[in-house]
Amino acid sequence: MTRIRYVLGASLFGLLLWQMVVWITGVPSFILPSPWRVAQAGVLNRALLGHHALVTASEVVLGLCIGTVLGAVTGIQLAQSARLHRLVMPLLVFTQAVPVFALAPILTLWFGYGIASKVVMAVLIIYFPVTSAFYDGLTRVPADILDMAKTMGGTKRHIMRGIKIPHALPSLGTGLKLAAVYAPIGAVIGEWVGASKGLGYLMLLANGRAKTDLMFASLFTLAIMTLLLHLAVTKASACLHRT
Amino acid sequence: MSLAPAIQLHGAYDLNEQRLFGPVDITVPAGQWSCLLGRSGVGKSTLLRVIADLPCAGDFDGQVTACDGESVSGRVSFMAQSDLLLPWLSVLDNTVIGARLRGERPDMQKAQNLLARVGLGDHMHQRPSALSGGMRQRAALARTLMEDRPIALLDEPFSALDASTRADMQELAAECLVGKTVVLVTHDPAEAVRLAHQIIVLTRDGGRSWPVPKSCPVRDQYAEDTIQCQIELLAHLRSGT
Repeated sequence: MTRIRYVLGASLFGLLLWQMVVWITGVPSFILPSPWRVAQAGVLNRALLGHHALVTASEVVLGLCIGTVLGAVTGIQLAQSARLHRLVMPLLVFTQAVPVFALAPILTLWFGYGIASKVVMAVLIIYFPVTSAFYDGLTRVPADILDMAKTMGGTKRHIMRGIKIPHALPSLGTGLKLAAVYAPIGAVIGEWVGASKGLGYLMLLANGRAKTDLMFASLFTLAIMTLLLHLAVTKASACLHRT
Repeated sequence: MSLAPAIQLHGAYDLNEQRLFGPVDITVPAGQWSCLLGRSGVGKSTLLRVIADLPCAGDFDGQVTACDGESVSGRVSFMAQSDLLLPWLSVLDNTVIGARLRGERPDMQKAQNLLARVGLGDHMHQRPSALSGGMRQRAALARTLMEDRPIALLDEPFSALDASTRADMQELAAECLVGKTVVLVTHDPAEAVRLAHQIIVLTRDGGRSWPVPKSCPVRDQYAEDTIQCQIELLAHLRSGT
């Protein structure tokens, strides 16, 4: 309850600050609309915002699911083979050096203007944090436990399933929390490059028509969506900690 | 399940190109308790790892053989100072973890009987975090017994317990592991004198057998010969020879 009070207080303070900047500077509303105007635009365009938010949410959730599965499978494979890890990890780190944003036009060219290119963007952006966090958890099982499993005659597959994976689930949860924040970035960048739906597309459209209030309303919708997703993933991660 | 074999160990152990201990020539009698004592860092736990064929940081130049000619590794169960219970499993599931890790169907009835035997019948569905230190070590003992291996290697399993719980655990372990070949690493001369059929004091130069009282383990800790043996053993350990 106290935490909610802090969040509400900080939000209110931010809005007041924003409103004061608008009043004091007298900046035109097409440059910086007041919070009140943004709220009005949000209410007036709620159907439009809802429609585009649903598209972005689908891209994000699909990207998050696919990226998590791919990242988790890669983490397990890397943890099972030191040779594979030595071979693949430098490549994975190298791919992180290439800005995913720069790949957006190519992905749009390859996967089209539909949902696929945005999902791929989201997958690419979360794949490494999920893989890396899960791999860390899988390889940090205390040596004593692994020694005990060895003296018991445990097989590699069953040790992975019975000890390493359950031990690494909290680490996977940490990776997923990062992924929940990153995935919308990937989807929106994809929409900026080429799309006819989604909050990223709506932002560009509103910006081009000097409807800055609608652009801000889209931005807030995206932020709220991301926060809700992060909250859901955090709750799910807490369950992983308990298992 | 094969009968508990005697174990013959001879060789030396080097760590970072320096001799840690040895050459040692140790015989662990079949179906009896051998207690291994020595100063910290002399290589007692390493010796257990060598017997269990677990990876070690250094090199062991020697041989570990069972008197029946079969391999020692694969017939060993291990109990460490830390209980090594998996926090996400219930006490019952922890007890049958060995079978699960081998991909076998666990005998749940046997596990339940063993947990009842070690006094955890009412706690078998709880998570380890809900248990006290003594109860957790009893769960670890049940897991060790569940494996039903002829050789048990115990690495200071009672050292983190309070005095009364430790005495209870010593008696319970001695009762449950009767007939098995047991090697117990301990820092406590009283524990060694109480439980051992044979005491081995490990030094850099090798292992030396220390005479034990004539009575059978588990010995009365207040008996005169037990106390005398403890005093002499402690004096010997402190002298560092």
